[in-house]
Amino acid sequence: MLAGIAIFLAVLAAIFFIAGRANGKKQRPIAILVFLGPALVLLLFGLLGPAIRTFVLSFKGSASHTWVGFKNYQWLFTDESMRIVLRNTVFWILFTPIITTGLGLLLAILLDRMRRESVAKSLIFMPMAISFVGASIIWKFVYQYANPNQPQIGLMSSIARHLGFGPTNWLLQQPLNTFLLMIIFVWSQTGFAMVILSAAIKAVPADIMEASALDGAHGWKLFRGVTFPMVRSTFIVVLATMVVATLKLFDIVQASTGGNFGTSVLANEMYSEVFVRYDAGRGSAMAIVLFLLVVPVLVYNIYNLRRERSIA
Amino acid sequence: MAISKKNLLLGGSSAVVIIVVAAVLVATLGSSSGKNGTSAANCANVGTGYAVQQGKTVEVFTSVVGDELTRYQTASADFTACTGIKINWNGSDQFEAQLPVRVTGGTAPGLALVPQPGLIAQMVATGKAVPAPSAVKANVDKYWSASWSQLGSVNGTFYAAPNSANLKSLVWYSPKQFAKYGYTVPTTWTQMMAQSDKMAAAGQTAWCGGIGSGGATGWPATDWLEEVVVREAGATVYNNWISHKVKFSDAPIIHAMNTVWSWMGNSKYVGKVSTIATTSFQDAVTGIPSGGCMQLQQASFIAASLPAGSVVSPTGDAWVYYLPGISSKVTTPVEGGGEFYLAFNSNKDTVEAQTFFSSPQWAIARIKAAGSNGGWLSANSGVPAATYTNPLDALSAKYLSDPNSTFVFDASDAMPAAIGNGAEWTGFTDWFANGTPVKTVAARIDSAWPAGN
Amino acid sequence: MSLLTRNKAPKLADHNAGRKLFGSRGATITVWIIAIFWTIPTLGLFATSFRPKEEISANGWWNFFIHPHLTLANYSAIFSSGTTSGISNGIMPYVINSFVITIPAVIFPITIATMAAYCLAWVKFRGSDALFYGIFALQIVPIQVALVPLLNLFTGGVHIGTVTVVPALHIAGTFVGIWLPHTMFALPLAIYLLHNFISSLPRDLMEAANVDGASHFTVFRRIVLPLSVPAIAAFTIFQFLWVWNDLLVALTFTGGTEGINPLNAKLRGLAGTWGSHWELLTSSAFVMIVVPLIVFFSLQRYFVRGLLAGSVK
Repeated sequence: MLAGIAIFLAVLAAIFFIAGRANGKKQRPIAILVFLGPALVLLLFGLLGPAIRTFVLSFKGSASHTWVGFKNYQWLFTDESMRIVLRNTVFWILFTPIITTGLGLLLAILLDRMRRESVAKSLIFMPMAISFVGASIIWKFVYQYANPNQPQIGLMSSIARHLGFGPTNWLLQQPLNTFLLMIIFVWSQTGFAMVILSAAIKAVPADIMEASALDGAHGWKLFRGVTFPMVRSTFIVVLATMVVATLKLFDIVQASTGGNFGTSVLANEMYSEVFVRYDAGRGSAMAIVLFLLVVPVLVYNIYNLRRERSIA
Repeated sequence: MAISKKNLLLGGSSAVVIIVVAAVLVATLGSSSGKNGTSAANCANVGTGYAVQQGKTVEVFTSVVGDELTRYQTASADFTACTGIKINWNGSDQFEAQLPVRVTGGTAPGLALVPQPGLIAQMVATGKAVPAPSAVKANVDKYWSASWSQLGSVNGTFYAAPNSANLKSLVWYSPKQFAKYGYTVPTTWTQMMAQSDKMAAAGQTAWCGGIGSGGATGWPATDWLEEVVVREAGATVYNNWISHKVKFSDAPIIHAMNTVWSWMGNSKYVGKVSTIATTSFQDAVTGIPSGGCMQLQQASFIAASLPAGSVVSPTGDAWVYYLPGISSKVTTPVEGGGEFYLAFNSNKDTVEAQTFFSSPQWAIARIKAAGSNGGWLSANSGVPAATYTNPLDALSAKYLSDPNSTFVFDASDAMPAAIGNGAEWTGFTDWFANGTPVKTVAARIDSAWPAGN
Repeated sequence: MSLLTRNKAPKLADHNAGRKLFGSRGATITVWIIAIFWTIPTLGLFATSFRPKEEISANGWWNFFIHPHLTLANYSAIFSSGTTSGISNGIMPYVINSFVITIPAVIFPITIATMAAYCLAWVKFRGSDALFYGIFALQIVPIQVALVPLLNLFTGGVHIGTVTVVPALHIAGTFVGIWLPHTMFALPLAIYLLHNFISSLPRDLMEAANVDGASHFTVFRRIVLPLSVPAIAAFTIFQFLWVWNDLLVALTFTGGTEGINPLNAKLRGLAGTWGSHWELLTSSAFVMIVVPLIVFFSLQRYFVRGLLAGSVK
């Protein structure tokens, strides 16, 4: 490992040293090549190539032997069970990114105002550090349901019983179950939003805050007038990252319900089609639809970046 | 110049570096003491005709993990000592997802231990699997019944020799609880149902059930239907059902589904039916010793999920009885499953390992490695009945090797993956969770049957 | 650069003064309420990992606090060498593998992504924006669809017709073969996050350096890298977590090679073929969590340094 890192850094140092010698007209193109080249080569082979291959496969049959035209897409948009999957995917995109990012921002602001923030911050961050296997077990102990005559090992059923309601089979209640799964996502990802946004808030110069405070800005007004505009671009970046994470989400659904009881989402179905039912065609078509779903986010990002540039 | 950058990057992870150094130290100190001596191997237990090939390793990729995998290592130790061929038992709980990736990606293992005949066909279709060598075919023809060699064949070519077999047609119960309430082991389906009525009348939960299994939720329910189909309609209809000559919506399957619903979908016996959909299959057995629920249809492996300290014996906390037949026209219906060794190259070492795994010597070594825990059976007729020291295995082996029994293989594992790992699982989960009408469930599964690619 | 170092110390003090000014009891209470809610599920996992196997499925984990019945058996089962765990030499070799996989798989993508992000943000050229959006969009490519093509690249190279574009790399089943996919998959998010940060660095600073005749390489080393430490630290944490807890990439690219499996893949094997050994899964989940938390704690201080204090956008 150390050898690997050493070679990597030595090669970089050598390239920097040699390229840094270049002067005048050649410097710019060389700089672009050196800075961007490695990333582009890796992205080409690691992601772009496979993405193109997926596009091609989406027009082929389950074992990729025959061309089937738009049949996979047609199935995706007309199949009865797929309609629920698409509906759930829309639910997830509408709710989870904004809740996660909003909560992360709230926490980041509050943390900035308290002393000894690091312990609380670490506790909220902790779910991110828990491996997926751990997280699925944790939430099993929250949502688990047993027949009423049995002891309840699920926290929610137990609380419900103590409050005088009968225990409910939470994961069977549609559409409540989809929202229960969203809670798991929010629980695990808020730490990400909080840490990034907190870093952005720390970067807001104290003198600006002070000056505004002396001008009489407090609370909501200070937030709207000063804090939020300063972290706006970071907020959008985190939001976009959360949209992508939501679209790619499959493990929470996979472990909690296996996609049953009307909780499946597109990414989960894609995984199942490719790795459980071995239908590469349908799975690829789903991957392409996921890709198309991210286009609006992309457009919004472009719009926003342009706007920011024109202000600056 | 570059040094400042390096410091910056490494500085951030200095804590990590310290941990690594410490870890390396601990490991070097620890590993020097852990050398285990090899005892003289008994090559008579391996069999004859194997050439010594020092320094070769054959990877066997499998879904088996944990203690079970350790027993595979133990069982193959003599083979390694006598031939020099190391067996790398590589177990992963992601086997089904990983095998196609590795095979199409060009890193196929030497051998894969595949539990689904459907997956064997899939792998053969990639063109990367190789047919079984003649020595393996000779062993299988000699020691296994024709139905087993058929399961390992694709389009008439024999590819994969069977490994273990397991008996699914079992019902778990607690002899202690049965004795307490005066229940007896039923020998006919009618008796079994009559006794279940008695339990229900006494306020007991006659049947335990759980089909939860993460992404594979629903599979235990497919076993229930398969047991009933072979019991009501026999092996011919059953095998035509696998090939979709008999559809889910056809009369025999609909009838069988209704029978399942009057049994495992009967709230009189199981309590709230929808709970079955959210209870994990492992948790279902935990109520047996205490009498929380009285009976559970499940294969013998579920013994691993019994509460710690449960005594598994004909007079103990948990034991099994054979799930009785329904139609008198079908003699001793038995449903089973198993795994098969599929090879992805024809190197000499792979062939040799493959040959050994199809021999009675291997089956005997593997049964001995399990010891009194048991849990590993073979349908290899070269294995003497006395080899099984575990009474549960002896009982299962009796049914699996009975020449008069009607043996069928787990249908969902033999159907195309889109059905056996897809529409059937989700359809049955929906059936139990929502009580969806039988005909709707059947029609949905039929419509998902792949038309070919 | 000198400008920044000079300003750093007093501004840091100012920042703290500012915090004191806005500090509020309400904020503290709210944060703690949320923190406690966030910790309850994890506490359940923690308590469960110390409970005897038979009690775990018999009653709820909160009973642990009412009738504490503590056992270390679950943890000793993980750490012991022996047949019960299926791990012949204990878990230590796999802990080391995890580090060997994770550390380079964090350093490589962050270095490459910082370079690319700087280039896209400050060395403008025709199409650089379009390229940036293209990279952003690549985030959505599911890793699962990239596994087979990458394995093919490693074992067979890339061919168009009969022309070999890339020869077979023969790195499947080596550590390099695991670092490379991790680096590839991390780049879109890393470039996106770092671009956001680097592009907001003060323009005058960059322009001043350019006027001084500093090359892009000097600017990158002397200005961009030091100023990006908070963003680099933040991404280091996430990339570390992702690689440390990864199962998919490790399983696919170890390719059955003995002895390079990371801890996570090995601990999965403990659950057994058919059993649901929650007692082992919960304790191994806690073993897995310790290292990422140390990383988080040790990098956390970079967020509060206020390196950008004094610079106005």
